[in-house]
Amino acid sequence: MIFLTRRATFSASHYYWNPEWTEEKNHAVFGRCANRNGHGHNYTLEVTLAGKPDPVTGFVVDLKWLKDVIEREVLSVYDHRHLNLETPEFKSEIPTTENIAIAAWRRLEPAIADAGGAKLSRIRIYETPEIFAEYRGES
Amino acid sequence: MKAYFGRRYMLSASHRLHCDSLSPEQNRAAYGKCNNPHGHGHNYVIEVLVGGLVLPGTGMVIDLVELDAVVGAQVLDRFDHANLNLDPLFESEVPTTENFCREVFSLVSNHLPAGKLEYVRVEETENNFFECNNM
Repeated sequence: MIFLTRRATFSASHYYWNPEWTEEKNHAVFGRCANRNGHGHNYTLEVTLAGKPDPVTGFVVDLKWLKDVIEREVLSVYDHRHLNLETPEFKSEIPTTENIAIAAWRRLEPAIADAGGAKLSRIRIYETPEIFAEYRGES
Repeated sequence: MKAYFGRRYMLSASHRLHCDSLSPEQNRAAYGKCNNPHGHGHNYVIEVLVGGLVLPGTGMVIDLVELDAVVGAQVLDRFDHANLNLDPLFESEVPTTENFCREVFSLVSNHLPAGKLEYVRVEETENNFFECNNM
């Protein structure tokens, strides 16, 4: 099995807020991330696929194809957007780094599965160079 | 929903690789420049990955502030700008980055307020790094 990773970046704004909590509790739990005017990050997304190299091309998947899938499924929705206000999944979920990793998996997994061959193995998303989250699916 | 939260920290420390049970020649042969009697130092990068269920209220595996507090108290306050050889943990153990990585794993793992420590990675330089997990 070979693991292949493609990296992409996007910039977006967000804030953390649980509508079921009081304003005081939101500020106590989320600190500066609860500022309702939002703040932003340069996110780095790493998409890792697992598969066997094709006997003819030697590719697990065509990286240009994977780049286009990431662009279409994730970057076109998240890049230069306010995640809380402009993406359907974060109308109800808090756009923490963990939840963005899960949401990116859900956006990418069907397109990758439909293509056959390689499987999505891991999503890693860096909110800053020092903070990241990972999702490996439910298996 | 299980996910992982990772965080990278930096600390600067000195160490000397030297094993008392080896002769001076054997130490020099095993450790080379790292056996210099006066020690040397590194900017270590400590990467930790915590796995666990994403809590429905917060959307988090672990609160960053709580993780920072544990790593700060257990690791950074203890080892940053310190000589690893003088720490009681390395009284009878050579402070190789392998051993340092294992000690950091124990210190963080034993005090983690939520989730489970998946791995600790210690980068000694940009080209050398070591990982320790629970296996």
